[in-house]
Amino acid sequence: MHEEMLDVRGQRLRLQRGGDGSAVVFLHGAGGANWTPLHDRLAADWQLIAPEHPGFGRSEIPEWMMSVGDLAFFYLDMLDKLEAPSVHLVGHSLGGWLAAEIAVRSTKRITSLSLMAPAGVAVPEAPFDDIFLWTPEEGARRNYYNVALAEARIAAQGNVDMDLFLQNRAGLARLAWSPRLENPQLHYWLHRIDVPTLLIWGREDRVIPYACHSPYMREISQARLVTLDACGHASHTEAADRVGTELNAFFRSVSR
Amino acid sequence: MKTFFFHLMPYADLDLSYVEQHNSAWVTLPNSYFDRQKGFALYDRYLGELELADQLGFDGICVNEHHQTAYGIMPAPNVIAGALARSTKNAKIAVLGRALPLVNNPVNIAEEFAMLDQMSGGRLITGFVRGIGSEYFASSINPTLSHERYYEAHELILKAWTQTGPFRYHGRHFQFEYVNIWPRPFQEPHPPVWVPSQGSMETIVWAAASERRYTYLQTFSPLKNAKKAFDAYRTAAQDSGYEADASQIGWAVPIYVGETDEGAREELRPHIENFFNRFLRFPFEMRFPPGYSSIASTKSLIESKVLARANATSLEALMELGMVVCGSAATVRDRLNYLQDELGFGNLIAMLQVATLPADLTEKNLRLFASGVMPHLNGARERGHKVSAAE
Repeated sequence: MHEEMLDVRGQRLRLQRGGDGSAVVFLHGAGGANWTPLHDRLAADWQLIAPEHPGFGRSEIPEWMMSVGDLAFFYLDMLDKLEAPSVHLVGHSLGGWLAAEIAVRSTKRITSLSLMAPAGVAVPEAPFDDIFLWTPEEGARRNYYNVALAEARIAAQGNVDMDLFLQNRAGLARLAWSPRLENPQLHYWLHRIDVPTLLIWGREDRVIPYACHSPYMREISQARLVTLDACGHASHTEAADRVGTELNAFFRSVSR
Repeated sequence: MKTFFFHLMPYADLDLSYVEQHNSAWVTLPNSYFDRQKGFALYDRYLGELELADQLGFDGICVNEHHQTAYGIMPAPNVIAGALARSTKNAKIAVLGRALPLVNNPVNIAEEFAMLDQMSGGRLITGFVRGIGSEYFASSINPTLSHERYYEAHELILKAWTQTGPFRYHGRHFQFEYVNIWPRPFQEPHPPVWVPSQGSMETIVWAAASERRYTYLQTFSPLKNAKKAFDAYRTAAQDSGYEADASQIGWAVPIYVGETDEGAREELRPHIENFFNRFLRFPFEMRFPPGYSSIASTKSLIESKVLARANATSLEALMELGMVVCGSAATVRDRLNYLQDELGFGNLIAMLQVATLPADLTEKNLRLFASGVMPHLNGARERGHKVSAAE
């Protein structure tokens, strides 16, 4: 993996890259741009490109960028800048919401779409709890089904870079404070997504509840759902092997 | 020194055992804790206490805005100020303040303040605040835009007060085709603007700038922080090309006057401890939502939170820090005069009712303060208080 700064219409964006082959763009969730074992797994077979969202970590946010919709247009500009004509677009949580917002605008540069527990679309029977009131400990417990993983995460919190943590929280709030983690208009536009789409969701998700998969499944014609039993919100770490296997098989099955 | 009585209007009947089930007196504390039968009596009592302060010769009375909390049942302080505009005669009425970023129509704030200024015959002092962190949970306004919205709403309100309408206003957050308020405010060019804060340097420098010269009010903070803030204000004024007058600086502090030092402490103790430990209680995440403060100041708050937890708040600890003034009339006036010399504030904002302090002790506090302290404060004679008027 290496890092680079990409200029997108005057805006400097931090990217992490690894591997060779067809391009896969991975959009991170609220926790920020972490290179995880899943990233390594994907980079073994593909050219993985993982940008850090503007407003998070070391990527600056331009003054005009006020919503996930603005960020979606920005990422369409970024896709135009990449040498790859078309990419497999993957997003987790906030990143999944973002990937859906990008795809409803244009799939011109998208070969396939993978949404892992995406935020963005809520269903009345399973409202989101308020992520912004959680202590770091509560946040860790909410992210994992496996208690041991949550406790390990909590034990490691003393090593967290506080500047990065606070910057990521502010970056999330800027885009997703109100309505919380949701765009109530988005489900009207999901039908525009006309590429093969894979939904991956932990059945025990206590951040973005599993029940939220239904509007995506209903509205996206080429959608398939993978349900992960005994898995919480952080499926990219809690079930990294299974998710890696599913994504690899999905990318291979899709040609354009 | 001018003296004001500041009422927070707490829900004094709060069942304090709520802490066994809830971690906050704000936003998430179920309003089933509010007894419908008790609200009328509380508002009647609190309005009476503010009216008594007017009768006792305080220079002003103050109210403020907080939402969805037992800490203060004044989500719309201008409603209270409207009642006071009719029932008081002499005191300034200070609304400290309205939280500008929380509204989507700041012109409403300009209109309401203009009404109050007219109804009170120019006795209005306006306060412009951002609102504390919990208000961003209560209002759903984005905390990362708090500063921007504050400055823009301020600009719009000042224009609405001072420029002939109708005019267009197209800002980043607020857009209006017609701004043309009726009534215009009574005072020329507009009512005084006060800026209450807990010591943000950015706010201090902004308030002190020569084109504004807004009175800066330091609330709920240890003496050393207040001194630092006031020094920063005076320095910022000098940097802006003028000498700040003491009238531009205010200090807000809970004060309790009893017959003796010992008696005063015993009377105040449970109530001030309730105030800090029960009413001013919220989790860190609620108090400081993301982006509400800069990363540097949020980090220093996280560190100070660790310290604050280590020292459970007691009356003695609070007095030691200078966050509460308590004692006999002689003790309190000597202490206040000493602090006024040290800190150089021209406005003393006395919080004479806090939390569960009952009606009888609140009235005694008001009367002892008015008779035994107020006439002896620095500069009291120049503004016409007569020592012989003391009861």
